[in-house]
Amino acid sequence: MTLNPEIQSTEGLASEAGTSAVDDGNQYLTFFMAGEEYGVDILCVQEIRGWESATPIPNAPPNIKGVINLRGTIVPIIDLRQCFGLDAIEYSPVTVVIVLKVQSENGSRVMGIVVDAVSDVYNLSVEDMRAAPDLGDSIDTAFIKGLVNVNDRMVILLELDKLLNLDDMPDLSSVSSAIKTIN
Amino acid sequence: MSIDLSQFHQVFFEESFEGLDAMETALMELDPSDIDSETINTIFRAAHSIKGGSATFGFSIVAEFTHVLETLLDEVRAGNRGISQDDVDLFLQSVDCLRELLTALQAEEEPDSQQSETLKTAFEAILNGETPAPADTPDTAAESEMVLAEPASTDDDTTVWNIRFIPYRDVLRTGNEPLRMFRELSDLGEVKVQALVDGVPAFPQMEPEACYLGWQISCTGNASRADIEEVFEWVADESEIVISEGAASDSQGQSSAAAGNDWCIQFKPNADILRTGNEPLRIFRELADAGQIRAEVDVSNVPAWSQLDSEACYLSWSLQLSEAATREQIDEAFEWVADESDILIQAGESEVEQQTVDASAVETEAPVNQPPEEPVVAEVPEPTEIQSQPVEVKPPADPKPVQAPTPAKPAAKKASTESSSIRVGIDKIDSLINMVGELVITQSMLGQLGTDFEMSHMPKLLEGLSQLEQNTRELQESVMRIRMLPISFAFNRFPRMVRDLSRRLNKNIDLVLVGEQTELDKTVMEKIGDPLVHLVRNSVDHGIESPQERLAAGKSETGEIVLNAYHQGGNVVIEITDDGKGLNREKLLSKAIENGLVAESDAAAMSDDQVHDLIFQPGFSTAKEVSDVSGRGVGMDVVRRNIQELNGSVEITSKEGQGSRITIRLPLTLAILDGQLVRVGTHTYIFPLVSVVESMQNHQDMMSNVAGSCDVFKLRDEYVPVIRLFEIFGIEPDNQMVDDSLLVVVECDGEKVGIVVDELEAQQQVVIKSLEQNYRRVEGISGATILGDGTVALILDIPGLVKLAGINHQMRSRVMNLAGSHQSVQHMA
Repeated sequence: MTLNPEIQSTEGLASEAGTSAVDDGNQYLTFFMAGEEYGVDILCVQEIRGWESATPIPNAPPNIKGVINLRGTIVPIIDLRQCFGLDAIEYSPVTVVIVLKVQSENGSRVMGIVVDAVSDVYNLSVEDMRAAPDLGDSIDTAFIKGLVNVNDRMVILLELDKLLNLDDMPDLSSVSSAIKTIN
Repeated sequence: MSIDLSQFHQVFFEESFEGLDAMETALMELDPSDIDSETINTIFRAAHSIKGGSATFGFSIVAEFTHVLETLLDEVRAGNRGISQDDVDLFLQSVDCLRELLTALQAEEEPDSQQSETLKTAFEAILNGETPAPADTPDTAAESEMVLAEPASTDDDTTVWNIRFIPYRDVLRTGNEPLRMFRELSDLGEVKVQALVDGVPAFPQMEPEACYLGWQISCTGNASRADIEEVFEWVADESEIVISEGAASDSQGQSSAAAGNDWCIQFKPNADILRTGNEPLRIFRELADAGQIRAEVDVSNVPAWSQLDSEACYLSWSLQLSEAATREQIDEAFEWVADESDILIQAGESEVEQQTVDASAVETEAPVNQPPEEPVVAEVPEPTEIQSQPVEVKPPADPKPVQAPTPAKPAAKKASTESSSIRVGIDKIDSLINMVGELVITQSMLGQLGTDFEMSHMPKLLEGLSQLEQNTRELQESVMRIRMLPISFAFNRFPRMVRDLSRRLNKNIDLVLVGEQTELDKTVMEKIGDPLVHLVRNSVDHGIESPQERLAAGKSETGEIVLNAYHQGGNVVIEITDDGKGLNREKLLSKAIENGLVAESDAAAMSDDQVHDLIFQPGFSTAKEVSDVSGRGVGMDVVRRNIQELNGSVEITSKEGQGSRITIRLPLTLAILDGQLVRVGTHTYIFPLVSVVESMQNHQDMMSNVAGSCDVFKLRDEYVPVIRLFEIFGIEPDNQMVDDSLLVVVECDGEKVGIVVDELEAQQQVVIKSLEQNYRRVEGISGATILGDGTVALILDIPGLVKLAGINHQMRSRVMNLAGSHQSVQHMA
């Protein structure tokens, strides 16, 4: 098995963080948003691409940026910053869209999330994970899979199926401030 | 070598369902008084394929059932048997039953065998009812055709074989000759033959080529069983043969005197025994399990034909059971009928014991494995069949007696494993291959041009490109044609449905199908099925009057429903026309006012079409009483919604006393849509071209503002409400002013609406992509498509837009009234 250097370094990072062998851990792709590092299960990640303009959907919530044509499939794009109540930023060609496959009641959905930057891939096991703290009554923490410490930095692992549930999108506008306080 | 047959299951199910459809259609066409051999053949072939397939795949329950069906059909086909309307009904029931069985099997569930068993018994009864077996056959067959009885004590080499040989009627036709067999038998030993002539019909009914005789043969000699079996080898499938070894030289079995300690049972059921779900046959089968059995039927109580009650049992039996059976076994077999019949059980000749078995007194240490079945009564079609039922004793192969009653299964679930497929005519595939061939040629030509391109080759390149365009379009059309099926797939279920419904409602209805070859996209076809069923049902239930009413109205007694399908432009039109009573304006209006759909003041001004259109409103049913056919107030609105989801439309025209016509317009396909591209601000939207009436430059003097909120404009002599797309969608347009904007006039539910856009762009075919697949349903948007430059454009859903804009019927009519008065005020000023 050949790993590319990036993954190997990730492995190094992970073992520093106290994770066990590669096999029994899951790999997570992490990305940055407003200085915080978030992680998603790498098996959900279909691809990472640059921002391109999307066709807006009428009367959609502001965090839905629109739909794009992903090789013949219509894929909605969601601005995660706006989901979390962060300030919107200008999109540029280096703005990153992570295309994810999410399970929902009606089968799997493909959608893209706009984030600030992609960070790394970590190998994390369940033991490293700590449960999400209580973020106050107003926020249901179901969308957080857990918190992990990697190199003394907190990584927030997201439960995508809960987070990107379009039919009943949780109101997460105060999430970022809550997360700040944990930190 | 073993092959995994399960990979072929899907094909088998599809073919079987097709076969069943064919059977059903043919059965509907079948005229009992004038049997068309081709129709019978069709039915027979379908049944035969299903039987063959199911046997191959080990679905024995289907195979066995179909086998009986097939046997009966074969006799009909051979002309040995007529067919009655009741038979047709029975066949139709069996088609339903087979369909259920197959559906269950397809869903990998345990099929419910009750119904099939019941029907099978009914068929067997029909079969035996007219096989030439004599009614008093003391059939000793405890097993199927060939019976290996326990050899009696063989004192010396000479054994006496008792052979009962009853060939089926058409045995002579297959080239077999009973006489030859007798000659062969006589080579084996001394042969005594007695002919059984009970099956010979009256002379006028006699068929010269049929064999009506049966024989009782006793053969004394040192032949082995195998020798005797060999003689009958060739006719084993076409006759009932029972071979038993007997010591007595006289083996006619005519006397009811039992040898040794055999049990003698007199069984005389009450007339209504069949009604309680008991079946003598089953009891005999049970007894046959216990020991060798002989049954004699007493037909003395059978009344004259005219007095026959088809559900009553007029027969009684005297049974002779070998001593292997125990008293308990016999009691148990009769346990369920003990209360409903006279039973006399005697052990041997000397010991006479009369006892009417009391069910409660019977010890049942063994688990009761034969609880009462579903009543067979209804399925026993002819009284005479009962008469000879006992002849057909074939128990061991039959799982029924040991089967506990399966609890009623919940309604058949939708097959989870179902993956749909499509049958395509070879011509369509051929044309597709041709297209691809041409495409390849064009591609290689263009490729060659590209390798060393010079400007001088420009004209050639353009030519190549236009050829490519043409190829692509043709290819697209061919591929689309593959998805097209004749609408008869959707229509085929109606003859049966209308027949059943009209019988239930005591109406005479002719169903006429026109344009069954009209082709329609498979997806559209699947989705239009249910709405069509609903509409046809409505026509049968509400449209067509009862024969008395029709006569009173001066119409012929028989109503007519016409289903017509044809192409018109890029659409398929389906019309459902009935010559029934039509819609009653007053009734509709009063109901609408009652439901608050229409204001009382507006009622008078509504046109007939508007009033008729009300039946498509939710919760609107004018049926006086709820029937199980239709009329629960759910329906027409669902029909309309379903059709609109297919980008289609539905409208009704009706004339009271003369009938109604419902017209459904559907797009040919769901995958591609003719669209009109429009621009609003920086956004591009697509109007389905079907709904666009016209587009026009608006002028200020045509616009009026009603009540400060709703704009209408005057389109010739109509007032049409205006929707501002930018307002509904919250986007920035070029031109906020409506007055000099561009208006696209679209039609929605028969009403016109003007939609303000900034610019009209191209008209083109667009491929519809689902927005719901990865996102969700958006109000006012029916889907998305990808334009030539790779960007996504949204397709507008006109009814959704109208709803979004808050224009409903009530408001519209008010607006229009107001606008009318407003305009006239202006004029006066």
